[in-house]
Amino acid sequence: MTEVQDSVFDADIHAKAKEIISRYPQSRSALLPMLHLVQSVQGHVSQEGIAFCGKHLDLTDAEVSAVATFYTMYKRKPCGEHLLSVCTNTLCAAMGGDAIYRKLQEHLGAEGKPLGHEATAGTPGEPGSITLEHAECLAACDLAPVLQVNYEFYDNQTEQSAVELVDALQRGEKPAPTRGAPLTDLKSAELQLAGFFPEDAERFAADVDGPSAATETLRGAALAQERGWVAPPMREENA
Amino acid sequence: MTITSPSPAQVRQRTVSLTIDGRTITVPEGTTIWQAARDLGIDIPTLCHDERYDAVGVCRLCVVDVGGRADAAACIRPCEDGMQVATATPEIQNRRKVLTELLVADQPPREEDPKQTTTADNELIAVAESYGIDGVDDLFAGLSRGTDMSNPVIAVDHDACILCDRCVRACDDIQGNDVIGRSGKGYTTRIAFDLNDPMGASSCVTCGECVSACPTGALTNKPINNIPIQPREQLDAVDTVCPYCGVGCALTFYVDRERGGISFAEGRDQPGNQGRLCVKGRYGWDYAASPQRLTKPLIRVDSSYPKGALSADVKEDIRQPGPDRKRGRKPGGLVPYDEVMPHFREASWDEALDLVGRRLSEIYAESGSDGIAGFGSAKCSNEEAYLFQKLIRTAFRSNNVDHCTRLCHASSVAALFEGVGSGAVSTTYGDIANADVAIVTGSNTTANHPVASSFFKQARRNGTTIINVDARATGISDHADIFCRIKPGTDVAFYNAVMHEVIRLDLVDREFIESRTSNYDALAKMVEAYPPELAAQITGLDADVIRQVARLWGEAKAGVVYWGMGISQHTTGTDNARCLIAMCSITGNVGRPGTGLHPLRGQNNVQGASDAGLIPMFYPNYQPASDSDTRVLFEEAWGTELNPDNGLTVTEIIKSILDDGVRGMYMLGENPFLSDPNINKVRKALSKLDFLVVQDIFLTETAEFADVVLPASSYLEKDGTYTNTDRRVQLGRKVFDPPGEARLDWEIVQQIANRVGLDWNYQSPREVFEEMVPLMSDYANLDYDNLGLAGKLYPNSDPDNSDGTVVLFDERFNTDDELAHLVPAEWLPAKELPSEEYPFVLNTGRLLQHWHTGSMTRRSFALDSISPRAEVYVNPEDAAELGLVDGGLARVSSRRGEIVLHVKVSHRDQRGNIFIPFHFREAAANLLTIDEIDPVGKIPEFKFCAVTIAPVGDRESVRVGGSAP
Repeated sequence: MTEVQDSVFDADIHAKAKEIISRYPQSRSALLPMLHLVQSVQGHVSQEGIAFCGKHLDLTDAEVSAVATFYTMYKRKPCGEHLLSVCTNTLCAAMGGDAIYRKLQEHLGAEGKPLGHEATAGTPGEPGSITLEHAECLAACDLAPVLQVNYEFYDNQTEQSAVELVDALQRGEKPAPTRGAPLTDLKSAELQLAGFFPEDAERFAADVDGPSAATETLRGAALAQERGWVAPPMREENA
Repeated sequence: MTITSPSPAQVRQRTVSLTIDGRTITVPEGTTIWQAARDLGIDIPTLCHDERYDAVGVCRLCVVDVGGRADAAACIRPCEDGMQVATATPEIQNRRKVLTELLVADQPPREEDPKQTTTADNELIAVAESYGIDGVDDLFAGLSRGTDMSNPVIAVDHDACILCDRCVRACDDIQGNDVIGRSGKGYTTRIAFDLNDPMGASSCVTCGECVSACPTGALTNKPINNIPIQPREQLDAVDTVCPYCGVGCALTFYVDRERGGISFAEGRDQPGNQGRLCVKGRYGWDYAASPQRLTKPLIRVDSSYPKGALSADVKEDIRQPGPDRKRGRKPGGLVPYDEVMPHFREASWDEALDLVGRRLSEIYAESGSDGIAGFGSAKCSNEEAYLFQKLIRTAFRSNNVDHCTRLCHASSVAALFEGVGSGAVSTTYGDIANADVAIVTGSNTTANHPVASSFFKQARRNGTTIINVDARATGISDHADIFCRIKPGTDVAFYNAVMHEVIRLDLVDREFIESRTSNYDALAKMVEAYPPELAAQITGLDADVIRQVARLWGEAKAGVVYWGMGISQHTTGTDNARCLIAMCSITGNVGRPGTGLHPLRGQNNVQGASDAGLIPMFYPNYQPASDSDTRVLFEEAWGTELNPDNGLTVTEIIKSILDDGVRGMYMLGENPFLSDPNINKVRKALSKLDFLVVQDIFLTETAEFADVVLPASSYLEKDGTYTNTDRRVQLGRKVFDPPGEARLDWEIVQQIANRVGLDWNYQSPREVFEEMVPLMSDYANLDYDNLGLAGKLYPNSDPDNSDGTVVLFDERFNTDDELAHLVPAEWLPAKELPSEEYPFVLNTGRLLQHWHTGSMTRRSFALDSISPRAEVYVNPEDAAELGLVDGGLARVSSRRGEIVLHVKVSHRDQRGNIFIPFHFREAAANLLTIDEIDPVGKIPEFKFCAVTIAPVGDRESVRVGGSAP
């Protein structure tokens, strides 16, 4: 085998790659977290990143490339410090998601030149830079319209709240998500997606854990409880 | 008894019975519905399926009703007992029609379809027509997915692609190049090259297998040489064999008679190549149509004597630096006709042949047999090789006849003769499929035998362990299970250590050693002195790696060795090959399927030219020239007295010229100026010849030294037989008439023969072949009528019914005592080791796209476009240390010369080593190489000499090329 020669990924990343591979009975199964790993280094899946995965997993560039281009969470162009995803799937779109997306395109774009899908305001990788995308269903219809920053939720958004959010991000602030873990940056989020979390329980709770349930989500359950509704018994219990 | 084909698994096949469209059929278990239907004569339409590839069932066109809830894809669904299949119910037909409409909807218009407008065999259009679909206008057609014209000979139209994955399977499963995949999802999904790169910028090697796989206009050939690509039926199909390497792929040229050119080429089924081709075979044939072809005999004009080189590149003498040494240097790498042609005048054939006959006869009369020598060609046919050596041997009573085998496998052949009594391979390249361990060593197989390498890669995917032993990390090392990157010239130490360990672990085959070999004790004693730790120091490998290789080899049920010039082109070349023979023999890895010895032969007919006697110590069929019984045999056959002494080899002939021995030479299709080591010496020798006649298709560097140049025929212009690396004798068929007054090579040889006192009257190559075969026992039973379209392997006891012998030596070796002779070899360092002044080791070899001295390939549009310039490959760390940058210029010097060329920073070469391909006259690697030779095989050490390399700072003032120090 020719040696893996690269300047992008240091020894620590090679070690992490080996750790990911060791989690699976077959090395090729490790490809998805591996792609997140390389994204955590560069903020996107570069050609070096693809070659890195291919070498470690004994896959061809074309095979890795096929996977990396299939899933939208793998970005092929350098991204900003933050990735801002606006849900424009049916319900969110109807509830204002389309309008929010248009507003952010204009707000983050230049005069007469709205920012495009997966385009970045600011210099990719620099503090305060933001990559904008419209996303398919983010699985939070009850909280529509929603958007995500680095996959953390900001629920029940309006055009105004969304603009305030990006202004804060551009100032270098990290406004707290509506629920879930505190906001970091895209690269840190990608490392978690690769399966690397703080080992310390306290830090884990602070950085990763967080309440994910929202009032809206539990409203049905609460109402049922209030009115004493229960689900019909299971068939076995019937017998 | 010989084994004629790999023994099939003798498993009793279970069968199933089913009904298809009301007809009952019984088929072996595992047969697909599609196959079973076809056996019944029922055609089920498909687009993604092709029998050459594993079924994937993605296009769904072949769906059939099997009575269940869902339809089954016939191409991939195995038959089941009692199954009731309906292949063409109205519902099924309707489904296929709708599917076809959906596919047709966003195809390019038929009149613009890249396939329908060229070969006119777009399979989707054929299916659409069968459903009466003309075009679909009322369905959504999205944005164009674009085209990719970046490859010089292959066009990509993503809109015509139906994502059938045939090209992906062709690229991955058949050729093992792993370049094509898919990218994106949904409507924007496209086939992608590597990282979705343009095809021309990807790692694609332009083998064209994807083009031959594609059912639509997505991947098509571009026209070459302005010959448009036309429907097959309008073209003349000529079944012949590729003119390039020893793999000898069968192919078909589709010829446009009206325009007098080849429209396109396609692989043809034959047990060896199985329809596969590489870039040279599929796209590299247009050299024959070059306007630079010689069409009239040429005689050197009086004013151009005394003789010497004529063009600036060839003229330059490194020992006489002058103020004008850069004058006239042109990049581009072909002999400049405008500079050379004025030194010749056109002559009639009679005048030219008379002059050749008179001068060669005069020199023979004055200097006798020692004064004449001939270089034949491994590019020419068996018949031409036979006639050429017969001419030199009978007209001039001289055995001074040799060819480029001396420069490639002479040492392997010497070792094989000594060891097993035959210079040919003991098994085929395809037999790797039956091996569980294969050692590929000193062979850049992916570049030099690309189609053979595709079988190696495929074998590995099917479970064969591949061990690659090489100083360079070549393409095949990427596919090896273990890559042993040894220091150059340390092969003997490595293999001795492997044998040391095999013996220590008692993994030898005692019975085989006792019954089939001799001299084992001496071998065992020698290798005892090579423990892995010692070899580790010499080779630079980890001792554990050597142990691992030894264990794998020793425990292999079937082990086979394939080797190339990395073994042979050393002053220890014969010893290197001796080690391989011994390693196979002590483990019993000879004479069974999946075992044996295979030196991969370079030229398309180097095996045949050697078989036919183009060797100074052998008559045809390797019958020793020095043996008096053999001599008597040939004296009787040829009706004349013959010379009892061995002749001189290529390198010895050059030396003899300088020592006032050889004075007159006949060179048929060889270009020693570029191919032989130490060009400065070759230049002196060629200038010194009293008379040189060169027979070639182009003006070569060597022709600049000629008195007479005879315009010959290219491979495409003649009939004849050619023998490939597997011992497969195949018929090459004429495609065109020779241009202008150019003549067939065998005719020219005969016409010269008849002017130097012989009386020949051969009417055809067939007649020559019929004369040869009775003199060559290996070729027994073969004739023009039974070779057929696929050729035959020799030996062949029954060519009418058998493809021939795959595995040799199953019961005895060809040596006198029928035993394999084990010859111990002591490791010796190379002749010119690196020093402070010349700290780097230079390795030379070939590129995928080019052939030898480039006279053919550099006149091929495809090959020259893909690989246009000379480059020196340098390890990244060395490059950084020396300040060499990729694409920049470097000067490389040895004790013999100096060249300037571009730098390619490459991981393929280890530190302290550089690699230069020898195809490029403007930066001729052989200005640097050393003419030290192997004492037995007389092969030069092309793979090792000491050089120094430095960046050339001033880009403006220095052009690529050879120059004075």
